Amino acid sequence: MKPAQFVSALLLLGGAVCAQQPAGDVHVLRVQGGIYMVVGGGGNIAVQAGKDGILLVDTGLTELAPKVLAAVRTISDGPVRYILNTHVHADHTGGNEYFVKQGGALNGVPGEPRVIAHLAVQERMAGPPVGNDAPMPRSLWPNDTYSTPFKDFFFNNEPVFVYHAPAAHTDGDSIVLFRRSDVVSTGDIFTPGRYPFIDLQRGGSVQGLIAGLNKILELAVPARYQEGGTYIIPGHGRLCDEADVVEFRDMVTIIRDRVQDSIKKGMTLEQVKSARPSFDYDTQYSGSADAFVESIYKSLKR
Amino acid sequence: MAKLRIPILAAALVARAFAQVDFSGEWSPLYHEDAPERLPGPELGDYTELPINAAARMRADSWDADRISVVEQYQCRPHGSDYSMRGLGNLRVWREIDQTTQKLIAFHTHMLAWDSERVIYMDGRPHPPDYAAHTWQGFSTGAWDGNMLTITTTHLKENYIRRNGVPRSEQAIVTEHWTRHGDYLTVTTVIEDPVFLTEPLVRSDNWFVDPGQHIGIFGCEYAAELPRPEGTVPHHLPGTNPFLKEFAGWYGLPYEATRGGAETLYPEYRSKLGEYKPPEKCERYCTCTTLFNCNLR
Ligand SMILES: [Zn+2]
Repeated sequence: MKPAQFVSALLLLGGAVCAQQPAGDVHVLRVQGGIYMVVGGGGNIAVQAGKDGILLVDTGLTELAPKVLAAVRTISDGPVRYILNTHVHADHTGGNEYFVKQGGALNGVPGEPRVIAHLAVQERMAGPPVGNDAPMPRSLWPNDTYSTPFKDFFFNNEPVFVYHAPAAHTDGDSIVLFRRSDVVSTGDIFTPGRYPFIDLQRGGSVQGLIAGLNKILELAVPARYQEGGTYIIPGHGRLCDEADVVEFRDMVTIIRDRVQDSIKKGMTLEQVKSARPSFDYDTQYSGSADAFVESIYKSLKR
Repeated sequence: MAKLRIPILAAALVARAFAQVDFSGEWSPLYHEDAPERLPGPELGDYTELPINAAARMRADSWDADRISVVEQYQCRPHGSDYSMRGLGNLRVWREIDQTTQKLIAFHTHMLAWDSERVIYMDGRPHPPDYAAHTWQGFSTGAWDGNMLTITTTHLKENYIRRNGVPRSEQAIVTEHWTRHGDYLTVTTVIEDPVFLTEPLVRSDNWFVDPGQHIGIFGCEYAAELPRPEGTVPHHLPGTNPFLKEFAGWYGLPYEATRGGAETLYPEYRSKLGEYKPPEKCERYCTCTTLFNCNLR
């Protein structure tokens, strides 16, 4: 089921949206340190708030941005100084323009808030078009791209690390670590309870997705008996910790291994699909198992 | 007059809280016939008495115990609160009572395995929203049903219903019924899991009061000690697990009967199997009543 605003956002922006969440109520969940998770505005949004202002990881769907702002205002009245985009999809970047307008000068220097993303995000937004999708309007583009393995800066009394996860969910994925608060925001590399969408048309691959998941595990440190410690805000779904990422990483790795084995045996895509290599995960993970298996097969065949 | 008034007042103040039982104290587990499964651990491929679906069966068939050592994050992974009633079940229970109102806020439990501690809220608070984090213990609330305490647990992390890879999902809802008969405690656990079970899994476990019990420190520290490529996840590819038929062979059971499923739980299933011929000599777990006297093959 696609809520009306979901469909219109998709048509307006032309960017693929990897998951549908019934649009409606937007909620705030305190995570730890200076970090909050906003759910229900499209993809999950991580909010870091403090004396320097507000930092947002992703901005949700365009049409839900006012609701997201109302939720953010229950956390802080401060100006939006930074926006980080974990990837190009419209349910994560749709509110960019709206939130830039809520912004303020950074470090006393007048101008718009920084909108940081990997260079590939801007390249995808600017076109060339993928399938029937139109390029995304300039007003949504990042204004501060990076093309190095990682980028760091200091805001609200803590170091913020932005790691590029190459060719994972897309080719422009970023994983964000708030080092003092001990929270990681993953974008759609990690979506508990739903099969990952590997956007092959935008440079995604299963190998990169697994590498991205292993990167998240490398950043996360569990507290006593494998619980808590570093908290993980996924692209969609509930708040998680390292153990939840392990289950998901194991699922993707095991299904990848099965598809790889079938390829070694010379099986075609149709044969692999009918062998149902994700069968024992299909009752647990939502989304199309066929599409997931196909994206693994095609990644490995490249 | 004063002499008369005091006993009446005292009687009012210690009035029995209707339909409330105190479970506080040290409880020592009784393993009964479950000792082989609960102490040394279940056999690989033993899915008997579990109403699992085909997805759960395939997940268990793929499971490789190497995962516990190779995947660092599995090394100190505790039991879920449902399975911990089945594990090394030495249990401590204590009450949290509000000082001002003298009302019961919660029962707290401590289990030997992984020093797991759990809170069972008795103050009527709601369960968290679906976007809140899940934990090994889950989120538990209790309500009185006569003298029986009924507990509902949600927000569990994915875990197992048997320690040989049979999974229990994070979507499961667990209901427990705690009943105290003097020095004995019986907990009946009902697991409803839309992901892996076709009908509720019902099990019961018993404890007896053991005031002298002192639960020691469990302790666990993870460490990567086996050189493997990063991201290795041990598992058996479909159709390649060589251990699945061992259990049926050792106990003289038909292989199909060891594969689990709701049908195999009921007495009628027996007639499908023909006559059971036990092995001539018991060779495995024949005398198992503690962790240390199991007759390992
Ligand atoms: Zn996405």
